[in-house]
Amino acid sequence: MTRTLETAGAWLLGLLWILPLAYAFWAAFHPSEFSTHFALTAPLTLGNFETAWNAAPFARYFVNTMAMVTMILAAQLVLCTLAAYAFARYEFPGRDIAFALVLVQLMVMPDVLIVENYSTMSRLGILDSTLAIGLPYMASAFGVFLMRQTFKQVPRELDDAARVEGASALQVLWKVYVPLAVPTYIAYSLVSISFHWNNFLWPIIVTNTVNARPLTVGLQVFSSTDQGIDWSVVCAATLMTSAPLLVAFLLFQRQFVQSFMRAGIR
Amino acid sequence: MNRTASQVHGWLLLLPAAVLLAAFTHYPAVATLWHSFFSTPKPARPAAFIGLENYRTLFDDPVFWQSLSNNFWFALGTIPVSIGLALLMAVWVNGKLRGRAFLRLAFFTPTVLPMIAVANIWLFFYTPQYGLLEQITGAFGLPNHNWLGSQSTALGCLMVVAVWKEAGFFMIFYLAALQSVSPTLYEAARIEGAGPWTMFRRITFPLLMPTTLFVLVNAMINSFRLVDHIVVMTRGGPDNATSLLLYYIYEVGFKFWDSSYAAALTMVLLLILAAAAVVQFGFLERRIHYR
Repeated sequence: MTRTLETAGAWLLGLLWILPLAYAFWAAFHPSEFSTHFALTAPLTLGNFETAWNAAPFARYFVNTMAMVTMILAAQLVLCTLAAYAFARYEFPGRDIAFALVLVQLMVMPDVLIVENYSTMSRLGILDSTLAIGLPYMASAFGVFLMRQTFKQVPRELDDAARVEGASALQVLWKVYVPLAVPTYIAYSLVSISFHWNNFLWPIIVTNTVNARPLTVGLQVFSSTDQGIDWSVVCAATLMTSAPLLVAFLLFQRQFVQSFMRAGIR
Repeated sequence: MNRTASQVHGWLLLLPAAVLLAAFTHYPAVATLWHSFFSTPKPARPAAFIGLENYRTLFDDPVFWQSLSNNFWFALGTIPVSIGLALLMAVWVNGKLRGRAFLRLAFFTPTVLPMIAVANIWLFFYTPQYGLLEQITGAFGLPNHNWLGSQSTALGCLMVVAVWKEAGFFMIFYLAALQSVSPTLYEAARIEGAGPWTMFRRITFPLLMPTTLFVLVNAMINSFRLVDHIVVMTRGGPDNATSLLLYYIYEVGFKFWDSSYAAALTMVLLLILAAAAVVQFGFLERRIHYR
């Protein structure tokens, strides 16, 4: 009895949770007169996607977003690996203070320091560029923390053995530590990609032309037209911009969930 | 390898990340404080030292107080609900319910979607007259209501979106913690004749305490950090009823271009985050004692 009730409750909540997405699918694939009117006989169409695609330079936005996400992730992986290696396996003066200073970023994220970071970008003369969107996020405290934890679990003996064979510090890092940390890298990458694909406030501040604008900022075109919003087109645009993440998520659901779990355990 | 070389190597490895962190986290935090004591530079008039003038303005600024109290209510409304739901979801998904693969998918999907995109969908739900919510309430014969357009309901509507977006994310942390709870504890409890509710209250919940605190701090930071949906759904309106602190900073800094006042506002936000850090720090300490 309780079991049935529990299942029913869980399903009710599950359906409620998926409802907004289900609605978006409905509206996006049907003509706009059906966006508020549900009928099984409603004809399917891809016209909304076509309209949305032509309403803004989405091809460019896709390229921008991918470039931005790739650049940030590549920089994060390199920088965080090096720093984490230093914290995990080196003794140097000021290490603990430096680590505490790194952790500050877990609380004070770049998202909050928009005013000062904007003026820094302006002084550097790189406003409205992919680099400007990425720079504040490249040294990620979260990444350093996560990789340091992983590196600390690598047995010292492996490190020593490689050094005896004459490997340099960077070679040891590359040949011993990095291969053992692959699951952490995957986890971190998924978290980073979905964060930056979805990021909005900083990109909208720092970009002002189509040159560097990512998808999330491009999407705003639809909600900012106050008169006559065509909801079917909005839904189509919404699905279109989230599609790569959504498809990746559906394909790699298990890895996604496990990655977020792994990334969350500190 | 000798000691000095090792020390130099350590710093060299750290250097690239340290430079970027200093430039985009530490420097701006300090510069925010510094600039909050100056006036905003204008083409004809360079920045001048004005002491606490910005803070005095802030103290007398009703919009600031409203944003702060909105943010407070927003946090108070979203954090407990999303944590409670996350725990419930995790227990359900972790159990042997029918179709839990679907449930996990349903709960977690909002997390991977862009806030800006889902805000668009929710915007439609709340649309006056023909929005989904209006159609449902209309079917029950309730009068029309402009959900996002009236001061009494707009913030609540945004809170619903935030809970919907975040609960699945927090669920993951609970799920991870639940899977590490030893089944022997439950077996022992069952032998003692404990019911499911007692087991939850006496075993699951206490063991999840560190996770709860971790999620709590994250939820708190997020409630002061995430304002994307406001830009799409209400732009702080009606009459500042949905303006959160960071959104107000964004408006002051990038719509009114008053950067020094925005700096003073940012200082308030930084203080709040520092308070969260203290909570986190205290909690980390305690967690070490647990082990």
